[in-house]
Formats: sequence, C-alpha cells, structure tokens
Amino acid sequence: MADSQLLTDVRALVGREYGRVYAWDEVNAPMIRQWCEIMGVDNPLYTDPAFAANSAQDGLVAPPAMLQVWCMEGFHINNYAPGSTTENPYEVLKLIESYGYPSVVAVNSELTFERNLRPGEKLYYTTRLDSVGDEKTTGLGTGFFVTLVMDYFVEHKSGDEAVGQLLFRVFKFRPANNHAAEAAPAKVEAAAVVKRPKPGMSDDTRFFWEGCDAGKLLIQRCTQCQTLRHPPAPVCIECHSFDWDSVQASGRASLYSFVIMHYPEVAPFDHPNPIGLIELEEGVRLVAGLVGAKREDLRIGQPLQLEFQTFDGELTLPLFRPVVE
Amino acid sequence: MTLQNTKRFDDVRPGETLPELAIPITVGLIAGGAIATRDYFPGHHDAEAARELGSPHIFMNILTTNGLVQRYIEDWAGPEARFTALKIKLGAPNYPGDSMTFNGAVTRQDAATRTVEITLSGKNSMGNHVTGTVALVLP
Repeated sequence: MADSQLLTDVRALVGREYGRVYAWDEVNAPMIRQWCEIMGVDNPLYTDPAFAANSAQDGLVAPPAMLQVWCMEGFHINNYAPGSTTENPYEVLKLIESYGYPSVVAVNSELTFERNLRPGEKLYYTTRLDSVGDEKTTGLGTGFFVTLVMDYFVEHKSGDEAVGQLLFRVFKFRPANNHAAEAAPAKVEAAAVVKRPKPGMSDDTRFFWEGCDAGKLLIQRCTQCQTLRHPPAPVCIECHSFDWDSVQASGRASLYSFVIMHYPEVAPFDHPNPIGLIELEEGVRLVAGLVGAKREDLRIGQPLQLEFQTFDGELTLPLFRPVVE
Repeated sequence: MTLQNTKRFDDVRPGETLPELAIPITVGLIAGGAIATRDYFPGHHDAEAARELGSPHIFMNILTTNGLVQRYIEDWAGPEARFTALKIKLGAPNYPGDSMTFNGAVTRQDAATRTVEITLSGKNSMGNHVTGTVALVLP
C-alpha cells in the first residue's frame, strides 16, 4: 500500500500549472532540414520553398513531429532559454521517488496539432500536472502513472496562440526485481528481452515436449484399450488403465474452433494473435497457435497442417498453418 | 512529390492497410536522431553511459520515434496530408543492430472533417517498440 502521506502530498500537486519554457531558436529551416535528413523524411513541404509556395500551405512549414524539439533545453542540463521558468514541472516525480520509487519509464506520448508551424515563429510551452493514478502493479513493478500536459504557444504581439499539445505519461515505480532497483536509472526506456514462456513439465507430459524437440507431435495412447488422449494424463479416460505409450500424429488436422487475441499486446507474441482448437485427423484435439492465417480467411473446419517452430533457440512448439483447399 | 501524390479522402478505403516499412536501427540513427531533436541525454549517444544505466547499448529517444512514425504515415499519405494527432505508446526499446518494421491500417474515417485515423505498430526483434494512432486531414 502506498504511504498515506505520499498520497496526500501528491494529490496536493495535481492540477498545478508551471510557468513558460521558451524555445532557444525560432522555427528555422536548418534545424528542419537536418531533422528531415536523419528521419528520412523527404516531404518537400518542409524544405523546398518553391514547392511549398505552390501548395495549399502557401509556404514552408515545420514537420509536426518536431513540435517538442523547439523548446528542448539542449546540451547543458536545466539550461533553458532566457525568460523560462525556474520551476520544475517534474517535481512530483522527485516527491514520489523520495518514498522509494526510483525508476521511471515513459509510457505515452500524445501530440495534437492545431496547425502547422512556420519558419520564424517563436514557441513556448506551459506544463500542467494533469493526474497521478492510484498505486498500480505492472510487469515492471509497483508505482504510479503520472500524466503531464504541455501546451505549446506561438508568441504574437496581438496575443499568444495555442498551436499544439503534448500529453506525456510516465510510470514512476519500484522495480519488481530488487537488483534492478539498484541499477535503476533516472530515465529508462528499456525492458529486458522477453522470451516465450516455457510450459510446465511433469512425468506425465515430458514425452510430449521431448517429442516436439524431436519434431514429432506425439499423442498418448492407452496400451490396454488403444484409446488416444490429449492433453496427457496418468490414467485412461475409458478403461482406467495406467499403461500407456504414444503414437506420432500425421500432422493433418482441421480447425475445430479459434479465438483471436487482440488485447493486451503481450511481448513476445504477434498481435493480433490467432489461437486454434485443432482437431487432429487421429481424433484428439489440442490448443495451438495458428500461423500464416489472416482473420478474414479463418473458418471452422478448414484443413490445417502441422509445423514446428523453435523460439529463443530453446523452445519448440507445434503450430498449425491453413492448407489451401 | 506533388500535390497530386497526396491521398484524397475519398480514395481511402475502410480498413486499407499501409505498405510495410522496415527501418534498420543503427548507432547513427539513434545518436543522430537524438541530436537532431536536441536530446543530449547520454543514454542516446554514449554506449558506456547507456550500459551504466542497465541497457545493453544506446537506445532510441521518443522524439526520434515520433519522427519515424511521421515519416511512415507521410510516405503513404503524401505531402499535403495535415497531421492533427500523433499518439504513441512505448514498448520495447530500439537498440543498434535491430530493425523496426512499421505496419498500419485505416481504422476510422470522418467525412465531415475529412479526417482519417491510422492505427500503427513499429515492431523490433523484442516486440512492439511503438503502437499508436495518427489522425490526418486529407484534401
């Protein structure tokens, strides 16, 4: 549970607005051209005055995704352009950190644009602490989702004009793994490589997974009454015999039913993630991933063919692919 | 590129998918992208500093991801599509030596404002680096 004093202190900050942060430079052609060069953006609306003059924009504009770039502090930490506030819009993160939540990961960046910016315009932004969620536990650890909203303005003599907004959400957390906490940086955008989860293995199921490693799909068979069964179990469902061996499936099958996982998108799986209830031609069914299958093409009863794929160099799984009829 | 190359709202089909785009992730792109977006955080250009932070190598900054998302959408939509929103959720980091593949599809169309919404993902070897939506006004 989160410390009640922390919650009180955090809630007192929510809604607070922080002063202006100015751009070092007005919107300008050299920074735009260099940004386009590295990003691989070749839209002449940003760099070709003749093209831009003949476009509906009636002149050069800045790439919309550059909105944040203009007001960045630059090489020297906390060295904002003259006239900028000395308040720290991220003070809530320091506060949460002081209660033992050292890590932070950026979660959402949501830019909205009122219009395109033009060379010569001078920007500033103001920040509002929009919300701090209840304490939550995710795969990374336990902490708080913190949402800041930056409003960007262009200065005009006749009054300033709102030109865009950034909603920026971070997760400020105590890592699930304590070792990670020691090494936790102030700014992490990284997560470890995620491998496929491995199956639990027992004396009843070991033959099945070892069969997969050998490229064979094995079905358990009762040696008393010859009944096939899957998933593996110690006792025959027909005659209650404990005696069994296995037979290799042909790999020919049909789609008995299926689901498509759309959400949540969990690494390392593909999304959408189609999963089938597969009827083998030998008569037993198993659950397995479907590959090479488009949602609109899947239909109950369609023929499938077994194939094995090895993940992370160590886990071989039976998957099924639609067969052209 | 000319105005004629810009998608017209009336030509966009519901559910239309965008061509896939694979972008090699290199030290040059990550470090260059960080500097072009004026982000001098050491984790984006200094491999040693990145490792001290617990990362295997330098990692791409968010502003570069935004730039690449803009490029992917703009390559499809053409020069005079006007962006009104670029909303992303961040996932697995982009490290040098990897490759990020963008996919996208039209998920909403509003004739009154001539706005189309595209839902996209940029996937690397570890999973989705970025997922999100972009809103465009088309001629």
